[in-house]
Amino acid sequence: MSLRKYISNKTIAALAVIVTVFANTSAFAQEAAAGAAAANKPVDMFPIYKSAAFYTMLFLLLCLFIAIVGKAITVYELTREAQDKPAGINWNTVNGVLFVLFLIVGLYGVYFEYTVHGHMILPDAASEHGAKIDQMFNITLILTTIVFIGTHIVLFLFSYFYKNSGKRKAYYYPHNNALERIWTIVPALVLTVLVLMGFLTWRSIFYKIEDPNNKPLSIEITSQQFVWTIRYPGADGVVGLKNYKLITGTNALGMDFKDKNNLDDQQADEMVIPVNKPVRLILTSKDVLHSFYMPHFRIQLNTVPGMTSYFEFTPTITTVDMQTKVNDPAFKFLFYCSKICGSGHYNMQKVVRVVSQAEYDAWVVKQPKFINNDLRKQFDLPIVPEAGAPASAPADSTAKPAKDSSAVAMNKPALKK
Amino acid sequence: MAVIAMGLSILFRIQLAWPDKSFPILETFLGKWAEGGRIKPDFYLALVTIHGTIMVFFVLTAGLSGTFSNLLIPLQLGVRDMASPFMNMLSYWMFFLACIIMMSSFFIETGPASAGWTVYPPLSALPKAIPGSGLGMTLWLASMFIFVASQLMGGINYVSTVLNMRTKGMDLWKMPLTIWAFFLTAILGILSFPVLVAGVVLLIFDRSFGTSFYLSDIVMGTQVLPNEGGSPILWQHLFWFLGHPEVYIVIMPALGISSEVISVNSRKPIFGYHAMVYSLIGITILSFIVWGHHMFVTGMNPLLGGVFMITTLIIAVPSAVKTFNYLATLWRGNIRFTPAMLCAIGMVSFFISGGLTGIFLGNASLDINLHDTYFVVAHFHLVMGSAAIFGMLAGVYHWYPKMFGRMMNAKLGYLHFWVTFICAYLVFFPLHFLGLDGVPRRYYAFTEFEFMQKWVTVNIFVTWSAIVAALAQVAFLFNFFYSIFRGKKAVQNPWESNTLEWTTPVEHLHGNWPGEIPTVYRWPYDYSKPGAEEDFIPQTVPYSQTMSSNMPHDFEGNAESERIQREWDAKNAPDKADVHFH
Repeated sequence: MSLRKYISNKTIAALAVIVTVFANTSAFAQEAAAGAAAANKPVDMFPIYKSAAFYTMLFLLLCLFIAIVGKAITVYELTREAQDKPAGINWNTVNGVLFVLFLIVGLYGVYFEYTVHGHMILPDAASEHGAKIDQMFNITLILTTIVFIGTHIVLFLFSYFYKNSGKRKAYYYPHNNALERIWTIVPALVLTVLVLMGFLTWRSIFYKIEDPNNKPLSIEITSQQFVWTIRYPGADGVVGLKNYKLITGTNALGMDFKDKNNLDDQQADEMVIPVNKPVRLILTSKDVLHSFYMPHFRIQLNTVPGMTSYFEFTPTITTVDMQTKVNDPAFKFLFYCSKICGSGHYNMQKVVRVVSQAEYDAWVVKQPKFINNDLRKQFDLPIVPEAGAPASAPADSTAKPAKDSSAVAMNKPALKK
Repeated sequence: MAVIAMGLSILFRIQLAWPDKSFPILETFLGKWAEGGRIKPDFYLALVTIHGTIMVFFVLTAGLSGTFSNLLIPLQLGVRDMASPFMNMLSYWMFFLACIIMMSSFFIETGPASAGWTVYPPLSALPKAIPGSGLGMTLWLASMFIFVASQLMGGINYVSTVLNMRTKGMDLWKMPLTIWAFFLTAILGILSFPVLVAGVVLLIFDRSFGTSFYLSDIVMGTQVLPNEGGSPILWQHLFWFLGHPEVYIVIMPALGISSEVISVNSRKPIFGYHAMVYSLIGITILSFIVWGHHMFVTGMNPLLGGVFMITTLIIAVPSAVKTFNYLATLWRGNIRFTPAMLCAIGMVSFFISGGLTGIFLGNASLDINLHDTYFVVAHFHLVMGSAAIFGMLAGVYHWYPKMFGRMMNAKLGYLHFWVTFICAYLVFFPLHFLGLDGVPRRYYAFTEFEFMQKWVTVNIFVTWSAIVAALAQVAFLFNFFYSIFRGKKAVQNPWESNTLEWTTPVEHLHGNWPGEIPTVYRWPYDYSKPGAEEDFIPQTVPYSQTMSSNMPHDFEGNAESERIQREWDAKNAPDKADVHFH
């Protein structure tokens, strides 16, 4: 190929690029001018167009630079060719070396990520089953990291060592059944172990045997766009029935107050739970799908309209202990929504406070009941004078067996017709 | 479409990186959706939704299996045209129509669908829940309906072409792995896409005709809806019955293309051809029974969760086999780093990285805390997004000479690959850690949570990486379009490849081959065969012309051929006869 012809081509190309750049500049200038002229709005658009044009120019300049470098390389290679010298740049070597560099920098990057970002993740699980999940996670992490690092070292080093040298012929090696059997069976075995462990953990989370001496505290969570409603069972320990058809402005959950279990149900602004006591979450939704996500406790379950789901867990660390553990006095447990549910999805949270049993007992009696005189009227129940404080302070709900609800109802004859 | 979807992703990455900052330029383009230069939450969700939809369906599904099946099935199998050219055309135009309908939703008052690309009802069914579930959702459903019809017509065409029209000598075990991948992908699509259509039709009924397939017990504000007896979970089952095979519809063609590209450019036969085919078949079958791993935390029966966990983790075995076979193919190869080869290696790297994080998510217990977090986002962007895109890029670089008769510029290809490869890792690797910190996906801003503040700097970094990666695509696009007109003229077989497509003339002609269709005598991976003069032997070369390199297993137990070979060896290469026949 004649070098001269190539150079003239190059000149034309460079000219074309320069012309394009100027054309673009003038186009942007015009646009900016038009924008400035049409700017009746309070915002002056001129500087904005100017900065947009500036960045575009910058990018075009970068393109021009790359084009010039590219052309220079081509010219260099063609000169070498014209002088019958060996090819100027061996791109196989360049790419092979780049793969090794990428491997080294990448390994450092992974190390950086594991150590720096790895320390920014959630603290240790604050629940019984969460500890098991964390253990599983660590095992999986170790195994996958080994495979991840190992295969990438092999991949990139092979790329480097077996790059084309022009001297060798590749080794004809179509298959090796023994080898293939090994790398079918070994992953299969490892995965079997992981499956078994995962399966057992999964079962232990969702199939709980109730301890009659330590009955779970039921708490109902209802989601709607974009708030959570927390309902405590009250003295009887039973969350009352509800029906979505009863939902009105005053009865936000649609609680059926004909059901005596509803009469002592309490509403709370935050979820307060006693440490080391099982909690049974009853999850429901009023409108669309949401997801109840309480990451510190390794809990997530969708809330589904028309379907009630349950999750039982035992918190093991109080908020105060966690604050000292993570060395952050402002630390709070939270639960929030993790299933896309609309424009307010990104801000749908409640605070969770894990406290001692005594603190819980003191807190829970202060929570207001759902029932009020408007609702009593609506459900034909006798009106109780609003004395401020609840008439009969709920006893320790946790101390009573859950099935005691009828007895509790008997204790409140005033509410009976 | 890919460029549009990438642009959308840049838009929402900007929002995530600078939630408090105003970009008045956005208002110029987006009007009321970015009032005051800031993207609104509704529009943010619309961006996320349409980005996902376009990328998964319109780019990765149609771009990989659609484009390359139509190009390679006839050319690599020695066929003059697809089995039903008319249906093929219909499939193309329906796809085009689906694209137009999908994009048109950007030009309506209430905006595009915004319930996530999985469009879970009731959010997607109730316009009151989010504005995008109005007309935008109707357009989404219509578009998907037409899209699936297009895919089905394409798929039926691919399967019938592969099964009925292979050239003489091309038995199934002589097909290149690309064709195996397209063939199995098409089967997968034919069996699973109709289920999505069923789901879509039911959702249309729920939205427009007052049925209650997915809706029950719903109160919007204080307005009690009349729907009873439906279940939102049903949609998820129907959706993921397609949705999971869908990710294999996306990745299998990429695996097939990479197999071919890696083998050609390593100048070595693909290691374990049969294992590669069987693992593809294994993935195909297993992919039908793993959909439930998207639903571990929906509240479905935990027993199902356990079952789906087992099937899900089993599918990692064929994937592992494929990975190791790729590595073994590179071993002692003679690797030529064409841009296609670089992309194929990148694809393997992403497939490993993303596949391994899948082991976390496939484990139901671990999924409890990782579900719907950024960990998931990082996982599928690596394994399905990046890996598949790199497979696609490898295909474009590799078969470009076939498509346009010209070569793409290799150096621009290198630049494009390296910048994209590095930036893709910079974008997606840190996102895993957001997920591990319990940051849910599809959050409009991280401003409302104290603990998320520490991730804002990471978000800025990720956004810049994404912008650089997006700009690197300019190198590709320029290369692509410039080379159509001004690229170096291609020779007939630029990569010295064995497969049939390189036996056609560079100039395109109707019916692909002038005169006779070539006959196939051997498998497609005879690279660097000992005893052969060149380091490749095309499929069209009969064994009688390569006596010096034939091996006993080439004859598949044909006694007559073996006898002839033995006699030839005894005469011409006594040492070889010793090695192989005694």
